[in-house]
Amino acid sequence: MQLPLLEVTDLRIALATPYGTVDAVRGIDFSLPAGGTLGLIGESGCGKSLTALALMGLLPESASVRGSIRLAGQELVGLDEAALCALRGNRIAMVFQEPMAALNPLHRVGDQVAEPLRIHRGWSRRRARDEARALLERVGIADAARRMDGYPHEFSGGQRQRICIAMALACGPDLLMADEPTTALDTEVQAQILSLLGELVAERGMALLLISHDLAVVAQHTTNMLVMYGGTVVEAGPTQEVFARMAHPYTRGLLAARPVLGSNAGTRAALRPPLPTIAGNVPPLHALPPGCPFAGRCAFTLDACHATPPPAVDLGHGHRVRCIRPEAMAGDAP
Amino acid sequence: MNVIAPENIAYNAYAVIARGHFEHENGGVPLLQVHKLAHHYALPRTQLWEPRPQVTALQDVNLTLRAGQSLGIVGASGSGKSTLARLVMALDVPSSGRVLWAGQDPQQMGAGELRRARRHIQMVFQDPFGALDPRQRIARTVAEPLAAQGDTTRTEQRRRAAEVLEQVGLRAEALDQYPHEFSGGQRQRIAIARALITRPRAIVADEPVSALDVSVQAQVLNLMQQLARDFGVTYLLISHDLAVVNHLCDEVAVLHQGRIVEQGPPAQLFQSPTHPYTRALVAAMPIAPSGVQKPSLPPSENAP
Repeated sequence: MQLPLLEVTDLRIALATPYGTVDAVRGIDFSLPAGGTLGLIGESGCGKSLTALALMGLLPESASVRGSIRLAGQELVGLDEAALCALRGNRIAMVFQEPMAALNPLHRVGDQVAEPLRIHRGWSRRRARDEARALLERVGIADAARRMDGYPHEFSGGQRQRICIAMALACGPDLLMADEPTTALDTEVQAQILSLLGELVAERGMALLLISHDLAVVAQHTTNMLVMYGGTVVEAGPTQEVFARMAHPYTRGLLAARPVLGSNAGTRAALRPPLPTIAGNVPPLHALPPGCPFAGRCAFTLDACHATPPPAVDLGHGHRVRCIRPEAMAGDAP
Repeated sequence: MNVIAPENIAYNAYAVIARGHFEHENGGVPLLQVHKLAHHYALPRTQLWEPRPQVTALQDVNLTLRAGQSLGIVGASGSGKSTLARLVMALDVPSSGRVLWAGQDPQQMGAGELRRARRHIQMVFQDPFGALDPRQRIARTVAEPLAAQGDTTRTEQRRRAAEVLEQVGLRAEALDQYPHEFSGGQRQRIAIARALITRPRAIVADEPVSALDVSVQAQVLNLMQQLARDFGVTYLLISHDLAVVNHLCDEVAVLHQGRIVEQGPPAQLFQSPTHPYTRALVAAMPIAPSGVQKPSLPPSENAP
């Protein structure tokens, strides 16, 4: 059997906070084959961004990591800074949510795209510059030869995100992580950026880890997905299977909470039925319940839900859910 | 947790009467009219002796906001949405054209008159973290629009602040807390409470939910809808998210490069868009797979 490109086993991240040490990520497992796409869904505070930062070795110093992250067999947890620096921007690259914050406003964009090539490959200025121009052209910056001498403020939000993608692509990484890459962008630009990422992944055989809070984005652009809540993966599997079954009440709640186009025709807006919401709020990390993190907010809660964290139940086709009564969700909703 | 579930918020009899009243007052004069509005921004000089170049943010915009008929404005960033909000709120002077609040032009009003007229039109901003002063207690932040009216005592202001906080689902204890003690969704509720305190007839909301998580978005959208139903608040809702506008508005205008290119009821506009730009907007919406059955709604107590 072929070794997966990325294998995360029992990853646990603890953070020092004013409330004491809290477990922000509580034992998550996933793997990603070379060229695969994986979506990671969840709301603020569920641990999705921490997971991405752990893969990059960019966690704050107060964080402690346990478990294992293996990239093509190499263990990343506990690597020293020098070894991580050699990986970052080279074999693992990341595209962040806010492109303006990710680019240095004082450097020309061409130099910023060329930087990883000069550092990791030791290329000459001229050679790196030529490659940077080719990359900028590839990500759709028109007139790249001229515009590569511009500064980030001269570009629009969508173009800046394209520049960040060019930067991430420079060294031909094995794994590209995109943390909410389109949240700061308009719907139209979002569609363009996501299809660009899709093309690049197919063309270069990279693996893509796409982090988003938008179920629809993950549904359209990934083959596998994870849903995180309260630091654990509550549902995981092939995207089609997960959407076809939606075995976890949280996954269902998330989908139902989004307004959809084409509903409510004809009624006065003020009199339309309200959106179904998930009761209550996401509990703070220092006050997560001892049992299922979703217990109490879930309409199907039993006493047993509060007792211990539910085990992962296999539903077939690689679809797993952490819920003690997946059969409750098997049929139609209540 | 300071949040009361929306279904537990008391149904306000006064408001029901008020709503009927709003819809018929002023002999049907719209809450807000925008007439041939245009706005240009001057760019920095390129030539010393030539006039500064101008960029046109809005051109020939005509809109009408009638009581009980919430209006959505959709468009990409740079289309002039936020310029429109600033002009409508009389925070900027239009280059040409007029904004009318219930038939009156705020640009013609004196300072005192303008301040009193602001009672009827309030605003909610996008970023709930930037919109609240971190060094003021919630009571002061929420009561500020009322205090600016200058016709209430401190005690009265505090009582009204507690009242509107309850209406948006927060407890009165919140009055003496600071913004950092609240989550993003709670802060947006506070911003909405501040807009509500003068009992406005119209609220201009610029991307009110786009900074919030999906499940919190739904809670805030439900709250806004409930306020429209119970208090007769009419929204001018600015958003790039078609689904949000579709849910909360009775009419939608599509803004593209400073002009309104298409306007109509959301169901019709989004199902059969005629302008190529509207079509592109609709096509760009990511859509969750249809294989999933949406859970049916539990019956709600105060559903009409």
